[in-house]
Amino acid sequence: MFQIDNLVSGYGQSQILHELNLDVAKKEIVAVMGRNGMGKTTLFKSLMGVLPQWGGQISVDGRDISRLETHQRVEAGIAYVPQGRMIFPSMTVLENIQTGLPASAKGKVPDDLYALFPVLQEMRHRKGGNLSGGQQQQLAIARALATNPKVLLLDEPTEGIQPSIIKDIARTLKEIRNLRDLTIIVSEQVLSFTMEIADRFLVIEKGKFVIEEARDRVDEATISRYLSV
Amino acid sequence: MEWLSEFGAIAAMQGFNGLSVFCVLLLMALGLAIIFGQMGVINMAHGEFLTIGAYTTFVVSSLTEQYAPAFGPYYFFFAIVLSFLIAGAIGWLVEWAMISKLYQRPLDTLLATWGLSLVMQQTFRSIFGAREVSATLPEWLMGSWNPTETIDIPRNGLFVMGLTILLTAIIFLMLYRSRWGLQVRATMQNRVMSRAVGINTKRVDRMTFALGCGVAGVAGAAFTTIGSTGPTAGSLYIVDTFLVVVFGGAASLFGTIASAFSIAQAQSIMEFFMSGSMAKVLTLSAVILILMMRPQGLFSIKVRK
Repeated sequence: MFQIDNLVSGYGQSQILHELNLDVAKKEIVAVMGRNGMGKTTLFKSLMGVLPQWGGQISVDGRDISRLETHQRVEAGIAYVPQGRMIFPSMTVLENIQTGLPASAKGKVPDDLYALFPVLQEMRHRKGGNLSGGQQQQLAIARALATNPKVLLLDEPTEGIQPSIIKDIARTLKEIRNLRDLTIIVSEQVLSFTMEIADRFLVIEKGKFVIEEARDRVDEATISRYLSV
Repeated sequence: MEWLSEFGAIAAMQGFNGLSVFCVLLLMALGLAIIFGQMGVINMAHGEFLTIGAYTTFVVSSLTEQYAPAFGPYYFFFAIVLSFLIAGAIGWLVEWAMISKLYQRPLDTLLATWGLSLVMQQTFRSIFGAREVSATLPEWLMGSWNPTETIDIPRNGLFVMGLTILLTAIIFLMLYRSRWGLQVRATMQNRVMSRAVGINTKRVDRMTFALGCGVAGVAGAAFTTIGSTGPTAGSLYIVDTFLVVVFGGAASLFGTIASAFSIAQAQSIMEFFMSGSMAKVLTLSAVILILMMRPQGLFSIKVRK
């Protein structure tokens, strides 16, 4: 459903991603694991068109999106929760979610979104910047879901968040996947979190996928070896 | 008791004078509050968009006088709308041709727009001549309103005041109640992330810049009721306008209103007791002192960083 063929990208003169290939099925959750500096964020940014794509093809549901601009890719069905969450700090929680809504929604947040994140409904008139880290993470996910995506990209969602909320987020992600038939790609350094949600594991090392393993065949020790410094 | 009523009349007229200056400052600052405050673009040519509005009004006025004198009393409303459209359209073009290439380089924007302002001034001079012109005001804008025998309030001042209130209300509604406003505020806070939630930031930038320029055009139309128009009419105001926006706190529309009000009232109260330039020196010194203590301006939004 979501396909990446020979994706090449980088910054300035230096190439970071070396011909990545990935094919993700509908409703599948794929974890991209790797240490800092191995290309996880670069991969996500080039998938969103935030970084210029040097070569290769990306397609959603058979539609090629590699030539599209970022906002058009969102329209085509990709949503992005970046590292560090990047909510709009001086806008209210409600307004933050509204930025993701399509024009046809007329600013009304769908009920099922609030049902997933009741804390956001409670705090909808607070400034986004005054929320705790975990709440901001939920807000960033809600904002991404508001765009009605087919594919959700999450870049290190557990970074700087307390363990109890990490569990919540894992549960919510699985729930959303089932509710909306969503495909999820999540990058992580924390193995325990991805062990809980992912169907497939990839390890990225120096801009290449070096290990690819389905959940039932995955060997925690092997992946951990790639994550430890 | 006679001196008391006389004092009251003077206080009322002086107070109104302060309100007039406030409206003029606010009218000029509104467009800049959108362009500089929301987009962070230092537009040195902002004053020239004001001049465009003023000349548009002048042209409409002369054409009306020549071809449709019967339309005379009403032409002004038409002129306001046309000023908005023309200044906005030119703003749209300028954003497309120049500003959009310079978003990553704010200092270059300053130079480029300053150059643009010189080009525009010379264009005005070539088309309309160096001499100042003024639009013929319709009858109902002239004269003054006398609530009591001693109080004398000019009608054009009242008109500018009404226009300012209307325009401020419209901009408030657009920024805080419309989808466009939501997108502008999101883009201002984080351009890359705004794109990643599906906002076409290029279109938002262009619309915002055009709107800010259009508002400057309306301000220019309003100015023709107060003074005459020359090629450099707008550039005289640009420093004051930036001062108002910076003093108020760049991203806050409330701040812009509060700062225009305090600067105008301080100015006009002090003008009554001392010379105009002395009053200006004192006002500016006070503004600088306050900005030294509160560099973020009067109003700023408090959030966790």
